[in-house]
Amino acid sequence: MQSIQAYPKFTQEMKATHTLLIPNMAPIHFEMMRAAMEDEGYRVQVLGAGGHAVAQEGLRYVHNDTCYPALLVIGQFINALKSGQYDLDHTALLITQTGGGCRASNYIHLLRKALVKAGFPQVPVASLNFSGLEKDSGFQLTLPLLRRFVASIFYGDALMSLANQTRPYENEPGAADACVKRWTDAVARQFDAKRGVSKKDMAKNFAAIAADFAAIPVTRVPKVKVGVVGEIYVKYSPLGNNGLEQFLQSEGCEVNLPGLMGFVQYCAANMSETVRLYGGSKIEELGADAVLAWLAARETLMIDAIRAYPQFHAPTSFADTKKLASGVIGIGNKMGEGWLLTSEMMELQQTGFENIVCAQPFGCLPNHICGKGMINRIRVIYPRANITPIDYDPGATRVNQENRIKLMLSVARERLEQSGGTPPAGGHTAEQPVYGGADLPGVSRPVFPDPVPAHV
Amino acid sequence: MKIGLDIGSTTIKCVVLDDDLKLVYKTYERHFSHIVEKARELVLRMHTEVLHGAPAPLSISGSAGMGLADACGVPFVQEVFATRVAAKRYAPDADVIIELGGEDAKILFLTGGAEVRMNGSCAGGTGAFIDQMATLLKMTPDEMNEAARGAQKTYTIASRCGVFAKSDIQPLINQGAALGDVAASIFGAVVNQTIAGLAQGRRIEGNILYLGGPLTFLPQLKKTFDKTLGVKGTCPENSLYYVALGAALYSDAELSLAEVAEKLADYSAHAVYASCPALFENKDEYEAFRARHEKAAVPRKALADCAGPVHIGIDVGSTTVKAAVIDAGGNLLHTDYQPNQGSPLAHLRQMLLDIYHARPGLQVASVTATGYGEELAKAAFGADFGVVETVAHFTAAKHFLPDVDFVIDIGGQDMKCFRIEDGAISDLFLNEACSSGCGSFLQTFAEALGYSVRDFAKLALFADHPVDLGSRCTVFMNSSVKQAQKDGASVENISAGLAVSVVKNALYKVIRASGPDELGKKIVVQGGTFYNEAVLRAFEREMGVEVIRPDIAGLMGAFGAALYGRSKGKTQSTLLSPEELESFTQETRSVNCGLCGNHCTLAVHRFSGGRKFISGNRCDRPVTHRGAENPLNLYEAKRRMLAEYQPVPGVRGRLGIPLGLGMYELLPFWHTFFTKLGFAVETSGPSSRAMYLAGQDSIPSDTVCYPAKLLHGHIRALAGRGLDAIFYPCMTYNMNEGLGDNHYNCPVVAYYPEVLAANCPELANIPFIHDYIGIHRRKEFPKKMTAILAQYFDGIGLDEVKHAADAAYAAHDAHLARVREKAVEIIAHARAEGRQIIVLAGRPYHVDEEINHGIDQLLCSCGAAVITEDSLSHLVEKFPTSVLNQWTYHSRLYAAARYIADQPDMNLVQLVSFGCGVDAITTDETREILQREGKLYTQIKIDEITNLGAVNIRLRSLFAAIEAR
Repeated sequence: MQSIQAYPKFTQEMKATHTLLIPNMAPIHFEMMRAAMEDEGYRVQVLGAGGHAVAQEGLRYVHNDTCYPALLVIGQFINALKSGQYDLDHTALLITQTGGGCRASNYIHLLRKALVKAGFPQVPVASLNFSGLEKDSGFQLTLPLLRRFVASIFYGDALMSLANQTRPYENEPGAADACVKRWTDAVARQFDAKRGVSKKDMAKNFAAIAADFAAIPVTRVPKVKVGVVGEIYVKYSPLGNNGLEQFLQSEGCEVNLPGLMGFVQYCAANMSETVRLYGGSKIEELGADAVLAWLAARETLMIDAIRAYPQFHAPTSFADTKKLASGVIGIGNKMGEGWLLTSEMMELQQTGFENIVCAQPFGCLPNHICGKGMINRIRVIYPRANITPIDYDPGATRVNQENRIKLMLSVARERLEQSGGTPPAGGHTAEQPVYGGADLPGVSRPVFPDPVPAHV
Repeated sequence: MKIGLDIGSTTIKCVVLDDDLKLVYKTYERHFSHIVEKARELVLRMHTEVLHGAPAPLSISGSAGMGLADACGVPFVQEVFATRVAAKRYAPDADVIIELGGEDAKILFLTGGAEVRMNGSCAGGTGAFIDQMATLLKMTPDEMNEAARGAQKTYTIASRCGVFAKSDIQPLINQGAALGDVAASIFGAVVNQTIAGLAQGRRIEGNILYLGGPLTFLPQLKKTFDKTLGVKGTCPENSLYYVALGAALYSDAELSLAEVAEKLADYSAHAVYASCPALFENKDEYEAFRARHEKAAVPRKALADCAGPVHIGIDVGSTTVKAAVIDAGGNLLHTDYQPNQGSPLAHLRQMLLDIYHARPGLQVASVTATGYGEELAKAAFGADFGVVETVAHFTAAKHFLPDVDFVIDIGGQDMKCFRIEDGAISDLFLNEACSSGCGSFLQTFAEALGYSVRDFAKLALFADHPVDLGSRCTVFMNSSVKQAQKDGASVENISAGLAVSVVKNALYKVIRASGPDELGKKIVVQGGTFYNEAVLRAFEREMGVEVIRPDIAGLMGAFGAALYGRSKGKTQSTLLSPEELESFTQETRSVNCGLCGNHCTLAVHRFSGGRKFISGNRCDRPVTHRGAENPLNLYEAKRRMLAEYQPVPGVRGRLGIPLGLGMYELLPFWHTFFTKLGFAVETSGPSSRAMYLAGQDSIPSDTVCYPAKLLHGHIRALAGRGLDAIFYPCMTYNMNEGLGDNHYNCPVVAYYPEVLAANCPELANIPFIHDYIGIHRRKEFPKKMTAILAQYFDGIGLDEVKHAADAAYAAHDAHLARVREKAVEIIAHARAEGRQIIVLAGRPYHVDEEINHGIDQLLCSCGAAVITEDSLSHLVEKFPTSVLNQWTYHSRLYAAARYIADQPDMNLVQLVSFGCGVDAITTDETREILQREGKLYTQIKIDEITNLGAVNIRLRSLFAAIEAR
């Protein structure tokens, strides 16, 4: 990919001379990934929230109709560069690039344009991608780095999942978060010592992490369970979703964010599915399948470690999540979060999280299809599905968003009270085929007994 | 006793229930944004008057009550939920509740699977929307209700959001449509919005309950709902109080109301919100600022004393009529400014008479009209010249600052900004229909908060912490203001915050500037909105520059028109004489033009003296009665080419194809393919408004683009025909034309069939083939396609598919070749006649008349030839772009932009569908490509709306700029 305006490249030498700034999307994961990069010789700084100025800088330098994550990420970078904290001649930026058919593949170009506009043309931008884009960059995913990234994401998913299952019930506030901190530090130390990435090390770590969380004293009372799905940035980033996770916790909910590794596996799966659907390189297909198998072996370790404790629900494996798409949305739907988002909503229905916040940037194109577009269909299959789509945007106010979430929570709480405090199990289990095939529109909307008594 | 408090966006409601849950006290009051004070006052009133000091269970509900309830330790009930709780008790038979509030619309399905729904953040308010529309009609909502009662007909008004609706309504008013009809149309829009936005495929039937202010106070609105839904709903007793009742029923913990009141007082004292720096540090700074701007004054003389001939400029705008009279020396003799109140001609006539009366025997040398009503005014009163608004404004700005290089004009409804290079307009920015953060926006807020515009502006000057409201559209602004009020922001700080937001909107959304260097050094700001000193100051602050604000900022259009007339050297105007003006009559009839699929609503004006004028038309056919075909319009040619694909009876049955999105290009491919396989292939035909309305209730996402939404109507149209199957494949990839780094479709074009499959109930009874198909891999296509077809039909073998595929690819290539040949022909024709050639660039589906609103024909009626981006893109080799060039359709855009660079008689106009996220990237890139080559860039945003007035100005400005170069 050439450009008209020659932009500065991130070169090999800059590894030693430049500090790489990376935006913070998933705080737990990125902390460990930062450590992984430092072990590789990079100087890295994960950006903090930056507050109100971030969106303003984004609005100033990026087309205002561009999706919110781009506005925020670019705004965050420019805000940081303007802060005076960084030596502008020795600072570089790192941004992810998906390479898919949605706008996100263009963030890096929008960022470069914005840097020129904002007066930082000398600041190089490196791309983090798995699709072979920007091959000439000095930032390359070497095998050791890749393995550490994969480990970081798995550890992050395990920690996030367990913390979310512990925090609402902990006897001593802060215990779960302290456990997360202990483990992100421990993983970083293991990385320094060239450990923590082998299958053996991961198995050991997963078991120890699960044991640590299981040891936290808790009082389990029935709570409203809420799943969060959505566009990847606003799903995870507190900056992007106005602190959604924290808000839900303050409302007394147990929150479940399906893991970040699922998205990585989804990207890999799409490579082989594309070949299967339309034809193409057999090598690509087999290669992607091999990567999936390699990841699955590590995923199993994580799931088994968590499953050893009956008080925890283990994340669903990627392979099982993928099966859920069948008959609901085509597996060829691969832009943005694509079929994975729909599958995650199905998975949440099956695992007792019938209440869902589906988060997306305002005007997010893929989510018109795989998010908002699929809610009616999911309700046909799971009549109790209580899903609220929430749009995030620099102009959308928190009050509007929280009001809609509260509406969803009111229905959830009412159901929780009616069920005598035990949150209902999912409508169907994975073993029980719910429906199959292309005849879906024929399924009439099932009538379910009204849970509200006629008089209050 | 139980107490419920419902704090909404505009009103506050309070009810008290006795121990038998009977309603014993209720009150409904507007809070004028003094939310915390008002809530406190009510709580205290309950404490002393109703409870006499006793504690009682209390809970709070309502959109504005949320944080407030938490802060003072009162339980909060979400308002939709509260409605449901109340309905269970007070209206147990209801099946569906429709509740419209100040800014929210809600539907509650109570039986047959309970569901509660609320409008999304983009859907605009409803009560506030009606209030805004009433303001526009110069009526109270009650008067609007009365007017709607006698309506004869209804017009199409965009129902998605208030701002869009406004731009549909304004031209209707200007064209002289009966106000009763407009009022009824507004109610129709509200109903459509509620159904499209909230029902989302679920039928509204059974016992319907109507709640909330608008449905209580406006019986005509209720009737419109009844009629549209085919039901007879009821508006129950206490329909205003259901939320409050629900809150009261929900309350259980006893609270001391005195304590609650105390906490509320405390809350307002400690609230925080995001703010920007104060506009002025101190009074001195303000005085200096004021003195500087007072210098930009035009020399004046009295009209009564003038001796020589005068030049009159009239500006018939969207909401106002303005006039300026100058003498030969450029002295300003007289000005007039009035709201047009929906009848611009009557006001204009009076203005002209006033001028004649002020100086008996006045010699009028020229009269020049500008603005929306330019043509109308010319026809009615015999004005000599017409000039496009932008040119009028530029002419006036030049008078104050001869070397001006940037002009920003913010009026009541419109914002016009343009850059000037070498004495001609080089770059024009108009506000899109979605960001009309203009004068009327400030006015609406001022009035909602109980102030006049002037007083409201004054309040802002010395606000200490102006609220930071962002730079979004009015609808978003409403909720930002609501939030700020709740956080305790004073009216002063809100007013200042709004002024800042108007400026930010202009700078960052309309002009897309990131700093002062991008605008230029010599800036003139004008338009009535800049009389507001807070806006003026905020602008200078934001850009860090000092600008010229003429003392006649609001009259620059009329003044510029007068100057323009003066430059023409005429000595005797054709303006009607005082006598003719006295006896002037006007009769306006509204008719639907049936000459083509646009079905324009024409206003036929007949004036005294036998003169006649038609407005509202897109093309000149109703005026000239010429034939249907325009040989210079490739859009039209493409439509004719597609219409040739008619069903050929086949042995395998009848297959339907919805003519939308990517099918607008791939119809030749798929039609040929399936015809070869023995299917009779029928399309759903071109889109229409009626088709859209028929399918709107199954649209799950109200912010998707209009071309996608239309498909729901196409599916409905096909489903009723007894077809054997409907074919509409998912296509991640498009054909690879070698112009970009990849050849994706956008996510909506690629996957919309999934949305249809999941949401259109009519697809239950018919096979819907929407598999993932890759036509970009020609070699593998037959095998993959054979497998797909085998799922639906028996006995279609690989060989047969191969043959069909060969024919299909050939048909596709032939179609593209035909389009390109036609373009060559049109270009040659246009060049022979010396016409401008406009590349109307969009996507294949922009050919649809319901999507492009006849803009191709409008361009032709301006004398230009119209071709498409895909008829040029093959002439360009792949070239580097500064964005990732990965979508097939968009690669063509860049290529076409690149191609015209060295074609002096070609210019590009980009059509952008509202909600097209991809175009946030392509518009900037296309602009850059064109500007690098010294070309003008013009963008037209389209949606459901048909605000041709704005489009007209944009296009005429473009032609004026081309001419001036």
